[in-house]
Amino acid sequence: MTRKRQRMIFVLSGLGALGLATGLTLFALRDNLVFFYSPTQVVLREMPVENRNFRIGGLVEAGSLERVGADTIRFAVTDTANAVRVTYTGLVPNLFKEGQGVVAEGRLGTDGVFVASSILAKHDETYMPKEVMDALKAQGNWKGGD
Amino acid sequence: MVAELGHFALIVAMVVAAVQATVPLVGAARGADELIAVARPAALIQFLMAGVAFFALMYCFVQSDFSVLTVFQSSHSLKPLLYKVTGVWGNHEGSLLLWILILTGFGAAVAAFGTNLPPTLAARVLAVQAMIGVGFLAFILFTSNPFERVFPVPLEGRGLNPLLQDPGLAIHPPFLYLGYVGFSLAFSFAVAALIEGRVDPAWARWVRPWTLAAWCFLTTGITLGSWWAYYELGWGGFWFWDPVENASFMPWLAGTALLHSAIVVERRDTLKAWTILLAILTFSLSLLGTFIVRSGVLTSVHAFATDPARGLFILGFLVVVIGGSLALFAVRAPALKAGGLFAPISREGALVLNNLLLATACATVLLGTLYPLFLDALTGEKVSVGPPFFNATFGPLMVPLLVAMVVGPLLPWKRGDLRGALERLRFTFLVAASAGVTVYAMATDTSLAAIGGIILATWIILGGLRPLYERVFRGGVAGSAERLRALPRSAIGMAFAHCGIGVIVMGLTVLLTWQVERDQVMRVGDAMNVSGYTIVLRGVQSAAGPNYVAQRANFDVHRTRSEGLGPVLMTLHPEKRSYVDSPQVTTEAAIEPTVMGDLYVVVGDADGTGGYAVRGYFKPFVHWLWFGAALMVAGGVVSLTDRRHRVGAPSARKSRDPGALAGAHPSAAE
Repeated sequence: MTRKRQRMIFVLSGLGALGLATGLTLFALRDNLVFFYSPTQVVLREMPVENRNFRIGGLVEAGSLERVGADTIRFAVTDTANAVRVTYTGLVPNLFKEGQGVVAEGRLGTDGVFVASSILAKHDETYMPKEVMDALKAQGNWKGGD
Repeated sequence: MVAELGHFALIVAMVVAAVQATVPLVGAARGADELIAVARPAALIQFLMAGVAFFALMYCFVQSDFSVLTVFQSSHSLKPLLYKVTGVWGNHEGSLLLWILILTGFGAAVAAFGTNLPPTLAARVLAVQAMIGVGFLAFILFTSNPFERVFPVPLEGRGLNPLLQDPGLAIHPPFLYLGYVGFSLAFSFAVAALIEGRVDPAWARWVRPWTLAAWCFLTTGITLGSWWAYYELGWGGFWFWDPVENASFMPWLAGTALLHSAIVVERRDTLKAWTILLAILTFSLSLLGTFIVRSGVLTSVHAFATDPARGLFILGFLVVVIGGSLALFAVRAPALKAGGLFAPISREGALVLNNLLLATACATVLLGTLYPLFLDALTGEKVSVGPPFFNATFGPLMVPLLVAMVVGPLLPWKRGDLRGALERLRFTFLVAASAGVTVYAMATDTSLAAIGGIILATWIILGGLRPLYERVFRGGVAGSAERLRALPRSAIGMAFAHCGIGVIVMGLTVLLTWQVERDQVMRVGDAMNVSGYTIVLRGVQSAAGPNYVAQRANFDVHRTRSEGLGPVLMTLHPEKRSYVDSPQVTTEAAIEPTVMGDLYVVVGDADGTGGYAVRGYFKPFVHWLWFGAALMVAGGVVSLTDRRHRVGAPSARKSRDPGALAGAHPSAAE
């Protein structure tokens, strides 16, 4: 075992680990990124056509929330210019209300209704998801500070 | 008055820190003892001043002095005393003050207890520690003054986020900070060593206990945070790969690697440059983590936008600390004398593998955490990198590490015999494999991953005990009691910590495979079956707390039977609380621990017609997660009490009995 050989082994194993990590990362990034779209983008179908999960965010439109059956709800997410209808089955987070910001993750059905698999929990009432804020700003309807 | 006193103390601390950051360095370079001597008292005074400032702020909180802006923004007169105290660090300014208190505390600890350090090294370590102190003190004084007054004086405070009003979370930040900031000492030692141009085993012997202590605190802090999320957020998750969690997890991964590579420096005087680099990176990740969390860059650009000065300061400080130390490393590291050689299959080789995998895993977490930021900045596209990404990258990198962590400790230094080590582990492997087969045969809903997890966990737990077993019973049963007593604490600590990992793997596997979740809308009298328990809703009342009103459900829990209800085993009372000082609502889950796991019930909204949304879980083996983490911390603490780390302890080499000889260099003896 010479010093040169030892260094060689270090470098090779380091490269190996790095290569493994890069491979895993690229593979994971391809399949596991969840993109975010505003209701306007969804209405204009500005997202990839393939059938995959994405997030949609905005405000829960006032007057749109209705209960269907025991634990299924329907509501609309709006960025004030456009709205997308959403259906969700399960317990909603504590801060889920009409007029509040919301982020939902799921798929768009062929009928144009977004089927949410999860509604994201938020940590406090003043917190507005950045994506929702930007979506509202894009419509010129952001009322909070910058 | 008290607030001004605190403010003044901070200014004094900064001036002292500036002196401490420069004068001892000059002294060490010139060999001027009187300049070197400045370091110790300066470090103590700096700590004293930070303490004065911290307790001044705490006084303002306890007195509910709403003329202080920070108190007004995050306290309320009706809050219980405990949360007034913990509210001190429940906001940006106060938590920064806590950071500074701990930072100066570690510096003072080196000044007070490091009396047998070489004087120039001690002076340089304290100077570097003070440089970090200057940065933070400037940050707090110029951009985030906790003692700012507000006029006119408000009558009532805005209140602390109710989610944070919880004993688990109250002590979580201090532990996390003790961990983060504890790594600052490893950093200071590393930079001081680069300035000295010398790294030797004595240096590693100094760095290791501090790093180990920081690691114990950080492990505790992360576990407390995870435990809090489990019982307080109301859906029974314990780890979300949330950026805030990743921010604490990255230094933990790097710190764990550092802990192991420092062993190589200490025992074999090699891997020196790498260890120094790890020490720098670990603290850099702590800094990055603190700033990511505290500046809110990841959840929103808000903090940067509202106060550009704060954001710029943060970026500048990160650039100076990380860039400066890495530049110093680039210049000085080649001058470090290379150490002993070793074969790839050896204890050193195993520790290198540990470091490679931990560092790579840490890099993938870093990438996953920062990727959305970069993508947003570069293309404006918004993405989220969720748990699937981390499971797909972090998981596969951990598997070889977990398999190898059992083999590594059985390899001797310099050159090992892999086949021999594996033969010694034959029994361990057989037991692990039969555990997997048994579970496959007995349990329902198994998966390949579940069986793999069970085998891996058993392998780690049993294999973790193997080095101790060999040490005690190597010479037969005779004399084993003696050898048991003579076991070095560091060996016991390692066994604890490694077994703790195995316990966590077991808990994770069972929990993720066999957890049961039921959602149901229940009316009074309705029953829900969860994993062998029948839960009956008996009623919902409102109950008043000190600063909230709760909707409290009463459930009777019975063992599920084919007909009729058996006796009531226990009652559960989940709540939904609305706070008077905040529009927020929190969910208080009712958690009933049983031997096999937790019964976890949450009550949700009323549907308006007498029904309540109820979610019931059975979380098998979830307590194994906390127990495993506790074992790891216990291992760290036991290892810290090893006589090698006790300052001034006489070398065990001199003692009479041969068992203690192995104690001084336990692993070298193998």
